[in-house]
Amino acid sequence: MKVVDARANRPQYLPETASQTAGPYVHIGLAPGAAGFRIFDRELGWDIAGPNAAGERIRVEGVVIDGTGSPVKDVLIEVWQANAAGIYAHPEAGGAVEEGFRGWGRVITDFETGEWGFDTVKPGPVGARARMVSGVSQRVRDSHPDWQGRAQEDSIPMAPHLNLWIVARGINIGLNTRMYFDDEGPANATDPVLNLIEWERRRATLIAKRTLRDGRPVYRFDIRLQGEDETVFFDV
Amino acid sequence: MTPAEYYQRDRRIHPPALTPDYKTSVARSPRFSLISLQGSMSEITGPTFGHGDISPIDNDLIKNYAKDGDPIGERIIVHGRVLDENARPVPDTLVEVWQANAGGRYRHKKDSYLAPIDPNFGGCGRTITDADGYYFFRTIKPGAYPWRNWVNNWRPAHIHVSVFGHAFCQRLITQLYFEGDPLIPICPIVQTVPDPEAIDRLTAKLDMNATVPLDSIAYRFDIVLRGRRSTMFENRLEGN
Repeated sequence: MKVVDARANRPQYLPETASQTAGPYVHIGLAPGAAGFRIFDRELGWDIAGPNAAGERIRVEGVVIDGTGSPVKDVLIEVWQANAAGIYAHPEAGGAVEEGFRGWGRVITDFETGEWGFDTVKPGPVGARARMVSGVSQRVRDSHPDWQGRAQEDSIPMAPHLNLWIVARGINIGLNTRMYFDDEGPANATDPVLNLIEWERRRATLIAKRTLRDGRPVYRFDIRLQGEDETVFFDV
Repeated sequence: MTPAEYYQRDRRIHPPALTPDYKTSVARSPRFSLISLQGSMSEITGPTFGHGDISPIDNDLIKNYAKDGDPIGERIIVHGRVLDENARPVPDTLVEVWQANAGGRYRHKKDSYLAPIDPNFGGCGRTITDADGYYFFRTIKPGAYPWRNWVNNWRPAHIHVSVFGHAFCQRLITQLYFEGDPLIPICPIVQTVPDPEAIDRLTAKLDMNATVPLDSIAYRFDIVLRGRRSTMFENRLEGN
């Protein structure tokens, strides 16, 4: 067996560029229409799923709330999600997605109320990383048929979720969180990421509530930056 | 098999969430620790962009909003490479910028600073890196401007920069400053970054060799995103 000497070809690591707040005028760069002017032929991020995506069409709405209980009115959120089959629109995702499905979007708030919302399709379950799973108790593994006998494989599913990235004035480095779905109870109960959260009552901060409006599913997901029921944020 | 993960983020070079000298951070900073995740498919994938998403003029802020002439101000070129921590180029990635005009005024309905809007300057641009990770913009050097924090705070001249990389976990927004600006060391937002060397790396350097004689002065700004693990030992489960 050939032994690789890690010191040979040792790369010269570069330090990552430091983050800085997106500031109050983030819209100029990332959503100029909202800043009040038209400049690009096409603003990016307004259509997450495209016209051809399979799966349930849903709307997601919420508000970001600061530590005083006030809505954050200048926030920008980016969404990254898999399609209904659990495939991301990315060359390494292990499959193709529907034409026009990007799985990525941008949403800004109403400047008066802080309310935001976007339309998309509900994603499917996505495989977890094996070592992510090792933090999950055997009791949880044994309780779900998807996990039995395959607790160390990459194919263990994560419950359907949206990945969110939140930037604003006063946020020094973008905050990563996930939105899960309250109608996915069994999948959420065994989701390896939710189960990594030691405090069970904090897990509820990641679960959006489903209602129907004119027969159409709407999920409510309020994000609390601090204070009671502070949303769980991840170092990804 | 899930593709390789990215190096964990070295949080010591980034600003913490709570930085009381930058007052807005106080009510907008989480108090609990972040929950650390291994990179699953959700983190190691990310959106891809192509030249169909943008127009060739989008990286020329002198021309991309010009109505009846060029904007007022110092003509500059900002250029550099997007690299990862392994010093490898990050090709085909979207770079977006936004900034104030030469007087320090943003074209934004929420900005009411008394410096005037420039009718020929929008203040945003975007481009996609080439195969070597190289990008460039042509623009006007932004002006310093006052902001409400303490009674008398002024932002150093800066350009906001947004970069994607190839994975959602590489996503980064930062600000580019200009070498020699005396406002840098006294800006509470700059000083949220705890590492002086990291601040120096946010400072674009005068690049005389890229300056266009009798036309535009150039600044160099390289951007480093998180690097990725080798796939060599991907199948070996540490600790198992």
